[in-house]
Amino acid sequence: MRKTLYLLPVLLFLVIAGYFALGLQPGRDPHELPSALIDKPLPDFDLPALAGGPNISNASLKGQVAVINFFASWCVPCKIEHPVLMRLATKEKLPLIGIAYKDAVEDSQRELAKGGDPYVRIGVDRKGAAGFDFGVYGVPETYVVDKSGHIRKRFVGPLNADTVEKELLPLLRELNRS
Amino acid sequence: MIIELGHFALILALAVALVQSVVPVIGAARHDHAWMAVARPAALAQFLLVGLAMAALTFAYVTSDFTVINVIQNSHTDKPLLYKVSGVWGNHEGSMLLWVFILALCSAAVAIFSGNLPRELRARVLAVQGMISVGFLLFILFTSNPFLRTANPPMNGHGLNPVLQDPGLAFHPPFLYLGYVGFSVSFAFAVAALIEGRVDAAWARWVRPWALASWCALTVGIALGSWWAYYTLGWGGWWFWDPVENASFMPWLVGTALIHSAIVVEKRDTLKSWTILLAIITFSLSLVGTFLVRSGVLTSVHAFAVDPARGTFILLLLLVAIGGSLSLYAARAPALQSGGVFAPISREGALVLNNVLLTSAAATVFLGTLYPLFLDAVGGPKITVGPPYFDTTFGPIMVPVLIAVAGGPLLAWKRGDLLGAMQRLWIAFAAALLVGLGCLYATYGGPVLAVLGLALAAFTAMGAVVEWTDRVKLFRIPLGESARRALHLPRSAYGMTLAHIGLAVSAAGIAAAAFSVERIEVVKLGATLDIGGYTMRLAKVDEIPGPNFVAEDATVEVTRNGALVWVAHPQRRFFEVQQQTTSLTAIRSGVFADLYIAVGESDGQGGWTIRAYHKPLISWIWLGALIMAGGGIVSLSDRRWRIGAAARQRGAAVAQAAE
Repeated sequence: MRKTLYLLPVLLFLVIAGYFALGLQPGRDPHELPSALIDKPLPDFDLPALAGGPNISNASLKGQVAVINFFASWCVPCKIEHPVLMRLATKEKLPLIGIAYKDAVEDSQRELAKGGDPYVRIGVDRKGAAGFDFGVYGVPETYVVDKSGHIRKRFVGPLNADTVEKELLPLLRELNRS
Repeated sequence: MIIELGHFALILALAVALVQSVVPVIGAARHDHAWMAVARPAALAQFLLVGLAMAALTFAYVTSDFTVINVIQNSHTDKPLLYKVSGVWGNHEGSMLLWVFILALCSAAVAIFSGNLPRELRARVLAVQGMISVGFLLFILFTSNPFLRTANPPMNGHGLNPVLQDPGLAFHPPFLYLGYVGFSVSFAFAVAALIEGRVDAAWARWVRPWALASWCALTVGIALGSWWAYYTLGWGGWWFWDPVENASFMPWLVGTALIHSAIVVEKRDTLKSWTILLAIITFSLSLVGTFLVRSGVLTSVHAFAVDPARGTFILLLLLVAIGGSLSLYAARAPALQSGGVFAPISREGALVLNNVLLTSAAATVFLGTLYPLFLDAVGGPKITVGPPYFDTTFGPIMVPVLIAVAGGPLLAWKRGDLLGAMQRLWIAFAAALLVGLGCLYATYGGPVLAVLGLALAAFTAMGAVVEWTDRVKLFRIPLGESARRALHLPRSAYGMTLAHIGLAVSAAGIAAAAFSVERIEVVKLGATLDIGGYTMRLAKVDEIPGPNFVAEDATVEVTRNGALVWVAHPQRRFFEVQQQTTSLTAIRSGVFADLYIAVGESDGQGGWTIRAYHKPLISWIWLGALIMAGGGIVSLSDRRWRIGAAARQRGAAVAQAAE
């Protein structure tokens, strides 16, 4: 009995080591921020367009692969992301949908006039209600939506050349093919 | 060329480590002096070789040698020299090299300062050190080689992670590792003792200084890390119960238990198998800590490169080192002779209580840290265990710890007099009551737990002082006589007094956190925010470009009763290359309170989120940690560690006479 007591530490350790081994399984990334909306339909939204004209809504995006980018004139990381978006728009001819998140209309317009406008259409989410439904964590954030209107991918933080090349563009090619 | 020399030195070090881990053990088993004698020169040679490798990598960093992949990924020519050097260990490969370097340093220290150790014990201790070294050198050479070159060197490097470019953090890893790895010595002593099947007072006397020195380094390392978190992360917090923080805190808790229980082995020749187990667990937790940080099995703010291959390798190392030593423990520990008996109310009893409490505290931290992993591994939901869990489980355990710290040293060995001890503590009780009542009065219906915490801290501090006055018989004999006694008290006694006061100071700082005031508000330009009797006015916010970041620099004018006391410049920096935002907080530190300002996101309408804190006594947390480490160092300087065996007997006699 007394001797088995001395075995306890090593047995406990083996159990813990077993869990460590399970934790090392490939494909497990504890850093990923999983979006609850992945593979779910787009949340309902209906936003006035920055440039005027018809509203931008989830219904208006039906039937096409869409890339939705939340941005704001007051956000410093967005300024860093901006050249990446410009290149996507001019070189890749990507029809980017922008959503101006908690931003005054004139501020968004001034900022885009200054640095160039990478978006085909921009919705105004003045109160951040649409951002709330998307589960936006902080701007900038980018969502990829497939033809059936389901969210397929979420990028938190500014896109950079690397993520565009390795993740965004391959995903778009795949979605456009299907 | 120098890089290849470094690489080659590391491979040679592996060969030497292999010899160091095999030959002396066989020699000790056969009582062959020549074979055992290999351990010492091998340990010294290994230290020189790993030192050479370390110097080679440092040279590559200082000269910005961009043919080395590791330098490209972590350095930049624009970096100040300090960060070029700290860049050596600011990354995975380099930090592992630092780990092995400190291990070699410890082995060399054991080899040099172990002249009076029995030959077999010394051979076995150094061999165990050699085995650990083999494992980690293999790990570096096969999965994390810092000496890899590229044929197409770029013009410049990628720079060091911006959050890490900070003086506090430059010295945090070396201290932390000195603590982590230093405990490998007590581990090696424990394993050697198990192989030999003999643990006695002399063994404890050899182990304690090593454990104590590691403990001091770990204390400083943890304090530096926490201080860094406080002034850079911008949330006003100083401890987040983040897995990586916990990874360093668990060895500290168990290591604290170890240095206390080793006293019992030394003075009373009992608690042996328990002390051995603590020595094994302390270093095991250091290894587990390394595993958690390097393998990426847990989410943490300390994101190093995540690589499952490395994780698997370290897991294997854990299995061999921890599984092996604990199996040895299971086989050999039951046979260890137990020494003197003692009553529950006695100095030993108090130290056992301290051990039980500290290890329970470590266990709750362990459970909280790994619970998300346990749950996720069996397919459960992804969760994080946050501060509420730790506050409710860890806090209550610390209350009896503080009481035991005050009362324990007053009890006699073998059989103590609780009533007598309590009577001698009356002044501590009075101080506790006074501080408690004072705080209640000041806050009137304020946070009772914090008041209790502060009162406890006062109790602990006064307990340490009472213990000292008791020893020098202050006011009971003529003052001159007391002064003479005070001069002749062993330094280890002063070390204990200091360390216990340090604990009380830290506890006071932690408890006072409940009195801190926090205001998070969107402040328009020109508008003000009142906090802790100060008025903060957001004068302006400028966008200023830095060398490799864009910063929003806020100018905040702080006034008290209309008089300008401070112009603060909190910043928010966005680093483009690393895609990271860091905040540069503005802190005005004082003895009694800190004023802390961080600037957050703009709301796009001329307002900025300003996070302001008024934190009473917060700097006491780190001050207390420094006092604790200082106590450890004072105790280390005690003459009984430094003199030969015969003289040691006399030293012990003097110490006893003084008690």
